[in-house]
Amino acid sequence: MSKVKTGKYTNFWERNRKSGGYLLRRTVMGYGVSICRAILLFGLCFLILQPLLNKISVSFMTEGDLYDPIVISIPLHFTTENYRLAAGLMEYGKSLFNSLVIALTISIVQVSMCTLVGYGFARFKFPLKRFWFACVMVMILIPPQVISTSLHLHFRYFDVLGIIEMVTGAPINLRGSVLPYYMMSFGCMGLKNGLYIYMIRQFFRNIPKEMEEAAYVDGCGTLKTFVSIMLPDAKPILTSCFLFSFVWQWTDGFYSSMFLGQVSLLSIKLKQLPDTFGGYMARITGSASSAGVSVPYTNCMLATGTLMVIVPLIVLYLYAQKGFVESLSSTGIKM
Amino acid sequence: MKKQKTKLAGLQKRKAISGYLFISPFIIGFLAFMISPLFQSLYMSFSDVQLGAGEFKTVWKGLANYNYAFQVDANFVRLLTEELSRMATNSLAIMVFSFFVALVLNQKFKGRALVRSVFFLPVILASGVMLKLDSDNALMAAVAQTVEMNAQGTTGISDALQEILRTTGVGVRAFEKLFEIIDNIYDVAISSGIQIIIFLSGLQTISTSMYEAADIEGCTKWESLWKITFPMVSSLFLVNWIYTVVDFCMRSDNEVIEKITTYMNVNLNYGLASAMSWTYFVLVMAIIGVSSFIISKGVYYYE
Repeated sequence: MSKVKTGKYTNFWERNRKSGGYLLRRTVMGYGVSICRAILLFGLCFLILQPLLNKISVSFMTEGDLYDPIVISIPLHFTTENYRLAAGLMEYGKSLFNSLVIALTISIVQVSMCTLVGYGFARFKFPLKRFWFACVMVMILIPPQVISTSLHLHFRYFDVLGIIEMVTGAPINLRGSVLPYYMMSFGCMGLKNGLYIYMIRQFFRNIPKEMEEAAYVDGCGTLKTFVSIMLPDAKPILTSCFLFSFVWQWTDGFYSSMFLGQVSLLSIKLKQLPDTFGGYMARITGSASSAGVSVPYTNCMLATGTLMVIVPLIVLYLYAQKGFVESLSSTGIKM
Repeated sequence: MKKQKTKLAGLQKRKAISGYLFISPFIIGFLAFMISPLFQSLYMSFSDVQLGAGEFKTVWKGLANYNYAFQVDANFVRLLTEELSRMATNSLAIMVFSFFVALVLNQKFKGRALVRSVFFLPVILASGVMLKLDSDNALMAAVAQTVEMNAQGTTGISDALQEILRTTGVGVRAFEKLFEIIDNIYDVAISSGIQIIIFLSGLQTISTSMYEAADIEGCTKWESLWKITFPMVSSLFLVNWIYTVVDFCMRSDNEVIEKITTYMNVNLNYGLASAMSWTYFVLVMAIIGVSSFIISKGVYYYE
């Protein structure tokens, strides 16, 4: 505002007097708003970050520090013992590797399938299109918990139209294997896949049709147009879907405990950590039950474990922050 | 002329076929892993499921599972009402909070990118199992706080405020709900990341010339908030509302879901678990349906 040429009245007070006090009022208001906003935002940011900071400080404390009323956030006896213990209890190396492999493969499968479907919905006219898209909406709305009971049995006694029973004599039990989840991912039925389809469709709809038509005129087939013309354009939305898929798969407890119960994943190990820790302490102290383990120490262990699980995610987030936020807001989600 | 028309029809047909090919994974997945389990679980909710080696049998027993859930089980009805009311209040709070934060974050100030990334952090960190563990921890923290307060005999400033508002005696029940939400502000803040982004994307599409025109006509900021901003993003309220409610159903700290999972995994009572999940599902759908109908009445489409 001050950059505007004001002629001969260049002094602030002079300009203020000429404007009848309006300029001063405006400037003061502006500063007031900024200060209020800064305080408010600082408070809210602190609210969000505080548990994280708290976990970090607790994870470096010894057990004695936890009971010490003097120690609040800076540990008196700095230690990394908690990390070593948590890593041992969660079988960190193995779980990390498993989580990485599963989350990577699952999210690649999910995003590529959702891209195909989203592109199909965005760019082709076919009968019953509205109906099928309504099905996508329904899929977003149905919580997976509703169908979890029958999915359990579905994969417990898995069969495709009775073919397997005809060959081997009995349906196969797929519970506890990773196969069902991959099959579901191939069918776009994984965690929040409806949302990805919706986002990708929204993105493709915004790309001008002329690009595609030019490719068709030049003799490109449908598939080739899709791969070499449309996909390179869709990079931002695909990255953001991939990141979401990866992160949500990483922390997911529902599908993981339902289908991947046998594989040691970080999210499941973390959920079990209090129990594992209780058992460990009971073994050390020689008591029969784990009831005697102190609550603060268990919580401290849990905080350490949580940190160890989310550190890869934080690194990913810092590295690809733009991919998460910017591309999502650029899709212009509309109803 | 005629030939050209048939050719066009042929092209359209080919496009339709390739369209179907593109969405075929979804159709197969939807039929195999959504529709058939959905109907199966509906059927199971009316029957007794007996697991055996190599197969499972279902014996029709009518409404017995529903009767059990509503009349015999001690906690189900209580948990259901609790969760649904928590869902309603929390979702409302999330909507208001995220709209407000989006308004603030849409302004220009130093460090905006940093603040945005902080607000978005919970989408990543407080998802899945982490949420549940965190809420358990919050319980611990609350206990610790109470102990501390009793020990020192002092009350916090928020308690003092609550006391003052309570003694006025006007709308005490409404105040109680409000206090509950304010006490859970962390819960609200960490579950509104996506909603903030959606609102932000909407706010950025509003052209600034509208605000300028309103400013010249003598609109205050407050008026232009209600006359311009609110109608322009009103369609996003619907999107966000549905997303929030659905997201709430899938959260891992949902006690109804926990109960259902226990019945399924521990008691192996698949029939009862299906009945409970269907009850929950139908109620949530009804809430979504009614509330989105009401919201969509107020939505203004600018095109």
